[in-house]
Amino acid sequence: MFDLDKWAEIGHTISKNKLRTALTAFSVFWGIFMLVILLGSGKGLQNGVQNEFNDDAVNSIWIYPRQTSLAFKGFQPGRRIRFTTEDFDRLEAKNFGVEHLTGRFYLNGSGTIAYKNKFGNYSIRSVHPDHQYLENTLIEEGRFINQLDVDQFRKTAAIGKKVAQELFENENPIGKYFKIYNIPFQVVGIFNDEGSERETEMIYLPITTAQKVFNGGNRMDQLMFTLGDLTLDESLALQDDLEKEFGAIHQVHPDDERAIYFSNNLDRFQEFMGLMNGIRVFIWIIGIGTLIAGIVGVSNIMLIVVKERTREIGVRKALGATPYSIVSLILQESVVITAVSGYLGLILGVGLLEFVSANIPPSDFFRYPQVDLKVAVSTMILLVIAGGFAGFFPAMKAAKIQPIEALRDA
Amino acid sequence: MIELERIRKSYAVGGGTLEVLKGIDLHIKEGELVSIMGSSGSGKSTLLNILGLLDAFDSGNYSLNQTSMNQLSETQAAQYRNAFLGFVFQSFNLITYKNALENVALPLYYKKVPRKRRNEMAMDYLDKVGLKDWAHHLPSELSGGQKQRVAIARALITEPKVILADEPTGALDTNTSYEVMEVLKGIHRSGITVIIVTHEQDIADMTQRIIHLKDGMIVNETREVNV
Repeated sequence: MFDLDKWAEIGHTISKNKLRTALTAFSVFWGIFMLVILLGSGKGLQNGVQNEFNDDAVNSIWIYPRQTSLAFKGFQPGRRIRFTTEDFDRLEAKNFGVEHLTGRFYLNGSGTIAYKNKFGNYSIRSVHPDHQYLENTLIEEGRFINQLDVDQFRKTAAIGKKVAQELFENENPIGKYFKIYNIPFQVVGIFNDEGSERETEMIYLPITTAQKVFNGGNRMDQLMFTLGDLTLDESLALQDDLEKEFGAIHQVHPDDERAIYFSNNLDRFQEFMGLMNGIRVFIWIIGIGTLIAGIVGVSNIMLIVVKERTREIGVRKALGATPYSIVSLILQESVVITAVSGYLGLILGVGLLEFVSANIPPSDFFRYPQVDLKVAVSTMILLVIAGGFAGFFPAMKAAKIQPIEALRDA
Repeated sequence: MIELERIRKSYAVGGGTLEVLKGIDLHIKEGELVSIMGSSGSGKSTLLNILGLLDAFDSGNYSLNQTSMNQLSETQAAQYRNAFLGFVFQSFNLITYKNALENVALPLYYKKVPRKRRNEMAMDYLDKVGLKDWAHHLPSELSGGQKQRVAIARALITEPKVILADEPTGALDTNTSYEVMEVLKGIHRSGITVIIVTHEQDIADMTQRIIHLKDGMIVNETREVNV
């Protein structure tokens, strides 16, 4: 392998047939280049989708009250299910599976918000402190709604970054009072959200305060909780139990699928990941297909090389070349051509991905295409194996050359 | 040096077999200068290939330098070729993209001689055939006689026991042929066994012993006394 003479010989043959070698090398180069680009793009797609999930905790169950679709125990279909604080308390009392729990209470319509002489229209969510974990809300200044706010019905609010910029402009909003439907609330925190910009045009209030101030009674419009480190199966089992329990309490027909809606994020997340894995497999298949075309090209060329050099190989054998030395000569040439051209393809592919990553703004479904080291290394290993494979049959053919036939005068 | 006993060789041709050598018995002593003559199809090239371990024989015994050459593997044959034999071909068979020096040094590469030593020795041997100044020329830049002399230097560099020359003058004009024969005779004088296959009587006349081959059999032998 580190035999200088052999390298010199390979250099010789390659430089003697520049165009032919270049064309062969190009097909391998292109195979690897495409594979890298495809893999990188797949990763970009995955990053984009994964980013969509960053908005919300991935391992969470959201429960929505809806309308019944089946008559049950004297109730007509079409009855609205209502969640109350009792449902919340019941979940809170569970010690299995429920990690961070929050309810949501919505005001009717988005509220008119005022600070001094400025007005705005922002969504308002009234929540428990744990809501922060469910939406992955990132506090930038001050704090989120806390348990004291909820317990003491305090008129406090955590406002989104965008709200702070638009309503308070250059002032520091912390500690300031602003009005929601003419009722003053004090800003205790400013938050950001990774998921989307819409989330930062939001105001969070303590749920108990909002229920009291805006005539909500004990109504809750939505219940959400994270599952801790439950596996998918456990979370699905828990969801199943809860569906039965909620159904029984709210007098829902056991077959009524519409009355109470459970959304299991982990389930959706895993579905997406499954899809991504499928795409990845697909990409590898295409990429390897392209690569095989390149390899076959190399193999073809090496066959021609062997054919052309039949006489030379015969002479070498007559001079004492062992079959092994002939095989290794051909194999090494093949490996060198594939490895070098493939490596160039790898470098260029990674370079292009880096360029795209750095210069094209990330969008919702495509961001930061990349190829990780593991993939790069496995592609390199693949290349060397492929090169060996490409050279194998031509080399065996070369080894079988009989000196007498090669030397027979034409 | 060379002992052949009842060597037979046949090739499959179409449906049947063609017997090329029909039991050759031949003894060549160390330091002899021998020529093998015969018309085309007489089996002389096949005989040379068998002597040169380039082809296997069907039956019989072959011993070279007191070592049996029966049933060799390809790798063993390659090693014996490298150790005992030097080849000179009608069409020279120099490697076209290597210069004279590299061509001469090639057998030593397969003997795993270090590069520097290889090139020194190759230069010595080129000097012996009078081509030192042409060391860095490609074969395409040499005349036929020069090419054959390079090929002879290449055959000699492993210090073989036997030089096998297959029509060494077949592609050369008379004057050049005689020059090449002088080189071969010089080799013979240095004690190396030389076997020349030829169909030219004047070339054969320059050897000590002429073996006539016809239809796969040795028909007669002539000995030249005044060589």
